[in-house]
Amino acid sequence: MRLPKLVRRERASLPVLIAAPVLALAIAALGNLVLYAAIGVNPVAVFHAMLIEPFASYFSMSEILLKAGPLLLSAQGLAIGFRAKIFNIGAEGQFVLGAICASAIPVYMPQASGPWIWPAMLLLGALGGSAWAAITAFWRVRLNANEILVSLMLSFVSLQLLIYLLLGPWKDPMALNFPHSVRFQFDALLPILLPGTRVNVSLLLALLVTVAAWFFVQRSFAGYQLEVGGLAPNAARYAGYSQNGAIWLSLLIGGFAAGLAGAAEVAGPVGQLQRSISTGYGYAAIIVAYLGGLHPIGIVFSAFLLSTLYIGGDNAMVSAGLPIAAVNVFQGSLLLAYLIAATFVRRRLVWPQRTRA
Amino acid sequence: MTQALLSLRGVTKRYGSIHANSGVDLDVLPGAIHAILGENGAGKSTLMKLIYGVEAPDEGELFWQGEAREIESPAIARRLGIGMVFQHFSLFETLTVVENVSLLVPGAKKDLTERIRKLGREFGLEVDPLSHVYALSVGERQRVEIIRCLMVDPKLLILDEPTSVLPPQAVDLLFETLRKLSARGVSILFISHKLEEIRSICTHATILRGGKVTGTVTPKNFDAQALAAMMIGRDMPQLLSDTPDKRGEDRQHLSALSLASEDPFGVSLQDISLRVSAGEILGVAGVSGNGQSELAAVISGETPLPKRLQSKLTMLGREAGALNPAARRALGFAFVPEDRLGQGAVPELSLVKNAILTGHRRGMVRNGVIRHPRAEAFAQDCIATNDVRTPGPRAEAGSLSGGNLQKFIIGRELMLEPKLIFLNQPTWGVDIGAATAIRKRLIELRNAGCAILVISEDLEELFALTDAMQVLSEGRLSPRFTTSETVPEDIGRAMIGASGGAVL
Repeated sequence: MRLPKLVRRERASLPVLIAAPVLALAIAALGNLVLYAAIGVNPVAVFHAMLIEPFASYFSMSEILLKAGPLLLSAQGLAIGFRAKIFNIGAEGQFVLGAICASAIPVYMPQASGPWIWPAMLLLGALGGSAWAAITAFWRVRLNANEILVSLMLSFVSLQLLIYLLLGPWKDPMALNFPHSVRFQFDALLPILLPGTRVNVSLLLALLVTVAAWFFVQRSFAGYQLEVGGLAPNAARYAGYSQNGAIWLSLLIGGFAAGLAGAAEVAGPVGQLQRSISTGYGYAAIIVAYLGGLHPIGIVFSAFLLSTLYIGGDNAMVSAGLPIAAVNVFQGSLLLAYLIAATFVRRRLVWPQRTRA
Repeated sequence: MTQALLSLRGVTKRYGSIHANSGVDLDVLPGAIHAILGENGAGKSTLMKLIYGVEAPDEGELFWQGEAREIESPAIARRLGIGMVFQHFSLFETLTVVENVSLLVPGAKKDLTERIRKLGREFGLEVDPLSHVYALSVGERQRVEIIRCLMVDPKLLILDEPTSVLPPQAVDLLFETLRKLSARGVSILFISHKLEEIRSICTHATILRGGKVTGTVTPKNFDAQALAAMMIGRDMPQLLSDTPDKRGEDRQHLSALSLASEDPFGVSLQDISLRVSAGEILGVAGVSGNGQSELAAVISGETPLPKRLQSKLTMLGREAGALNPAARRALGFAFVPEDRLGQGAVPELSLVKNAILTGHRRGMVRNGVIRHPRAEAFAQDCIATNDVRTPGPRAEAGSLSGGNLQKFIIGRELMLEPKLIFLNQPTWGVDIGAATAIRKRLIELRNAGCAILVISEDLEELFALTDAMQVLSEGRLSPRFTTSETVPEDIGRAMIGASGGAVL
């Protein structure tokens, strides 16, 4: 049997580069609609709920902006590490630590007031995320422990830490044993950006981080060194760029951004520390980063796309009776479809030539 | 006239807009030792791939024993009776010789072992069928490759630069074998750019230049200069004449270093001592795989030395064993690695960005921010002064030919104005014109007082270039030979090492 071969292109194909995410979305959508039909859910209703309803009102559109914030923040940080081939899969844990650290201020100082509180919470959260990622960096540098495993496992640890705090020392005494902290005071909440919605200044922050990430990737020498380390480790060694430095920098940046996102979540729409503080933002950010081609500008688009799917997925659960697992399946198949499509940016299929008889 | 075994008529192969071969005619007679002569990039390898069925021609016809044929795959080529020995051997190191042979040749192991021994005796290709390939010398591995082709009784044997990996004495043995094969009526296609070899063994030579045949001659009737002129289309450029030896202070010093290899298939360095002075070119001769890459990594700093060995390496007046490659560069050291794509340059990045790789110290970075105009000017300058053929500084490094990329990398390192430069296989795979230009620049640099260390497999190059040589063999470095008082046979003996001629 004659199978086609994958051949490396002489240079990356720009049309495919742009078409890849679009194509991936189309293929994943089509595949999932078939799946929905198979489990007895009306695909047209799901399609309507997922892709039309989110844009049907001012409020639900603002919810897309709200959800896009943490995805955008976390993904920008992750992408910098992914470009250097340092795979921080634990943004979820760094996000949770960011939320925990930010909450320390309102939990221990519930009466404090002043305009310094929410900025201090964001900073503390970002540092907390970095510190959590630093554990992974330390073991990778020290024992060459695989950062994928360590960061992923630490995400589960962070969840246990969160539950411990909410069931123990940080439990709201007035909460009738529900596992959440006190509701934060007004000064511990982020100012609202769009009146009448939950969209707050963290969206601006995310866009600011995007600009910073763009500058880091395109203009800074440190970003260049990381890029070389990712593309050609031997060239980085040859030039004398520190591999350990790259590991530390990548993980600290990723942890910082994810921690910031976690802090913005407790200080933003949630307003307290609770068990379900993250709905998988840290994992979804991995998809966002890859779907955006690991490029700061591309990530802006993919963050809004995935946020739309989040809102749409919620809608579909309510209005079309879609199980929650189906939303995760959609996200997963989207990433898979993209990775396949992205293969063809630098490669092409060659069919064996038919031989003349 | 006897019927040609293999004939090509008007064969053309294009890769994108590049014509690797255009309108090639070739006739290989039975029993001929037929050279395909050309510079790197002239289309020799592509032509062999077309004959061996690795690639299909876009135009033209191929006749095998007078019949038009299409060779769709190497398996079909082997069935017709075409065998090929590649430049890079395709043997499994962890298997024995007979196991490697049995992967391609059907038959019981016992019979195969017997046939390998018999062929070995017949053609001077003695090798123990039961030994593991990793324990064999390069010359022996080549014999295994040849035997594997001979097992299926080929009519045509293609050898791709077979002598580039052999010490001089082993070359003579190989030629002996080839003559025996030719006497039995086996045709041989011999790819090379070494003119003296071709004159001594080949009965015919077809010369390729830029993918076209520029002549088919009897090589014995032409001298090397004339063949070279046909090959490169102009007279051979001359090297600068040697200047009197005026050595300056020691620039690099490595004393009695022993380092065990971490790679089970790597070579451990034993008792390595060398010294390079200002205004001197020291060559390290020897066949690759004798510790060359290990030594290179120690000198460049890519392999960090353990604490107890750090005092063994001095560079530019400082103990350098503890310094990483970047810190060594800061002292005035520059390094051209063997591997161009992925080590000396990042294939996916533009030449501008590749200029930054080691050139960043020359004003390309301020306050942690890259100054692209500076980097672009540097790359442009490097392209212009080193005659790098490329559409421009924004071209991806991976899109350049090997020789052009090497010119860019060497140019970049020389623009760092090093006091000590180390080059590993600087002209490997580079066409003659470019190689001569590179050697000329190195001699100029030497005359200006730079200390230069060169690792090379190419003895001709080392004799043309160096003031002194040491030979690396099985991880040991020979004492110093003064080049002007040495003949290639001395170097050859040192290559074989203390273990004598048996392992050729």
